[in-house]
Amino acid sequence: MTTMTARGPQRRAPGAVRRGLRRNLTAYGFLCGALICFAFFSWYPMVREFLLSFQKTNFVGPPEYVGLDNFQTVIEDSAFAPAWINTAMFSGLALIVGYAVPFVAAIVLNELRHARAYLRFVVYLPVMLPPAVAVLLFKWFYDPGAGLFNQILGLAHLPALSWLDSTSTALISLVIVSTWMNLGTGTLIYLAALQSIPSELYEAAELDGAGLFKRVWHVTIPQTKLILLVMLLLQIVATMQVFIEPYLLTGGGPENATVTVAYLMYQYAFSFGNFGGGGALGLMLMLVLMVFSAVYLRVSRDNQI
Amino acid sequence: MSHSTVESSSRPSRPVRPAPPPSPGHGKTRRSRAPKKKMERQFRGLVSPHTLNTRRGRTIYWIVLVTVVVGFTAIFVFPLYWMVTGALKSSEELATIPPSFFPTSIDWSVYAEAWDQLDLGLFLRNTVIYAVGAWLFTLAIDVTAAYALSKLRPMFGKLILALMLATLMIPPMVILLPAYLTVKDLPILGWNLLNTPWAIWLPAAANGFYIFLLKRFFDSIPRELLEAAEIDGATPFRILWSIVLPVSRPIIGVVSILSVVTVWKDFVWPLLVLPDSDKMSISVGISSLSAQMPQNVLMAALVIASIPAIVVFFIFQRSIMAGLTAGSLKG
Repeated sequence: MTTMTARGPQRRAPGAVRRGLRRNLTAYGFLCGALICFAFFSWYPMVREFLLSFQKTNFVGPPEYVGLDNFQTVIEDSAFAPAWINTAMFSGLALIVGYAVPFVAAIVLNELRHARAYLRFVVYLPVMLPPAVAVLLFKWFYDPGAGLFNQILGLAHLPALSWLDSTSTALISLVIVSTWMNLGTGTLIYLAALQSIPSELYEAAELDGAGLFKRVWHVTIPQTKLILLVMLLLQIVATMQVFIEPYLLTGGGPENATVTVAYLMYQYAFSFGNFGGGGALGLMLMLVLMVFSAVYLRVSRDNQI
Repeated sequence: MSHSTVESSSRPSRPVRPAPPPSPGHGKTRRSRAPKKKMERQFRGLVSPHTLNTRRGRTIYWIVLVTVVVGFTAIFVFPLYWMVTGALKSSEELATIPPSFFPTSIDWSVYAEAWDQLDLGLFLRNTVIYAVGAWLFTLAIDVTAAYALSKLRPMFGKLILALMLATLMIPPMVILLPAYLTVKDLPILGWNLLNTPWAIWLPAAANGFYIFLLKRFFDSIPRELLEAAEIDGATPFRILWSIVLPVSRPIIGVVSILSVVTVWKDFVWPLLVLPDSDKMSISVGISSLSAQMPQNVLMAALVIASIPAIVVFFIFQRSIMAGLTAGSLKG
């Protein structure tokens, strides 16, 4: 703030250099808060992530470099392979429902002339809930005894499931919560995209005799192709960081059936006190996600969105 | 839709372009259709208004409408209904099979019990402090930074912006551990920010997306407006305060809502940096005590924790949805 000395009207500096200097100083005065915050809480941690995964950190002495030891430790962990498989499975399963359903929902919502505000509100409601609330709520629904889901299955005369307690259904249970929480985001984004499709295209397609599905296939999808691709990448990156669901619902169990990479990373750091191992897992996850991020960056730059 | 009358000559179909935001194709005055009401949406989607007006079209439309409304209500509202009523039931009633759709006796005392047992007042107050502080820091830091990058254009401004936007490419989860270690022992300064609100406030302000949104908006403010003030001798801070901020209300609203809601919803970061039980945010506090609570008390706590979010959503729906689409089309 000290850089913003009032500029007296009579002292208009003749040199452009001097004015430029003053402008720069002022600008950096405005920027300093952000620079400090980014330096401490974004840029430095990014660098530290690389260092961390090659170090042994014990909080007593200074960290020492141990080469690839941390990577070896985590790769030899019996939970390593399940963590990656579960993360990929979670992401894949979440995409099957969480990717297609919002698009279809948006197409239908876009045709409706009534109750639009209500439907938009309702579909986004779960997104507004704190995720911990939604997850704990579903934990109760999954209760094998008096839980809502088994009650519904009972009403439909279907056999009860053990949901979170069985290796075969635990992961899909996590996917259900996660999808329920996030469906609204995609739906509203697609809805916005659909509303910008020019009506002429539909009219022309209809004059050419295209039926409903042909119009979706030849007009709606090509017109929203880009946003569909962007959302695909963003959703993959988001779902592969899954943490809160295993943390609150299963603790990674039963028998590692729901341990995910992010959860294993957390466990390494905060349960085993091995920040190096956690850092190594984080770095591997970062490298995988960077591939998707890079594609996303490429796509959005090429298309100037 | 204001320029609907000008749009009479339909232009030749342009090559496929991604979503020009204010779409001109909405208000079309086609031959036979008399302009009924000015305000009525002349918008059409997949299904033409003509098809909708046939008897079959109308029937299908109403069937779809009812299915969608019932389906959405069942999927998105019913779980919340179950949560609210679950908290009104006694433990015995919760355990009965099949469950009662309406609670047999409405007993609000469970809510009071949850409030006392989980110390929700404390958790709520903490969360408000974290959210409001994060909001103020975000505005103070990101607005000034975006203004400097947009209007003052210092040396290396482009580089700084690129570095800030680059942080958006890093998924937050993968720098969780180093960020935690940084907050635990701040480099150079050696401060330990764990269990202090600063651990929430300052990292929340380091958000490339807000800077991006603000800068993009500031870029659209005409230069002449600022130059006129500059000639009158206004300092850069004065220009920001009296000219830029008043015209930037919409985007500042969007950023405000986003920042408050993000901090309110966040779980992992407060879980790590605020481990003391009297410093916890509401999400972390409830989940840390969830295992020891009777089911109905836990549900009451969850209801109380969701009320602020739902109220905020109700009031600021428009800004929240604007922020959502701003995030999707750019980013």
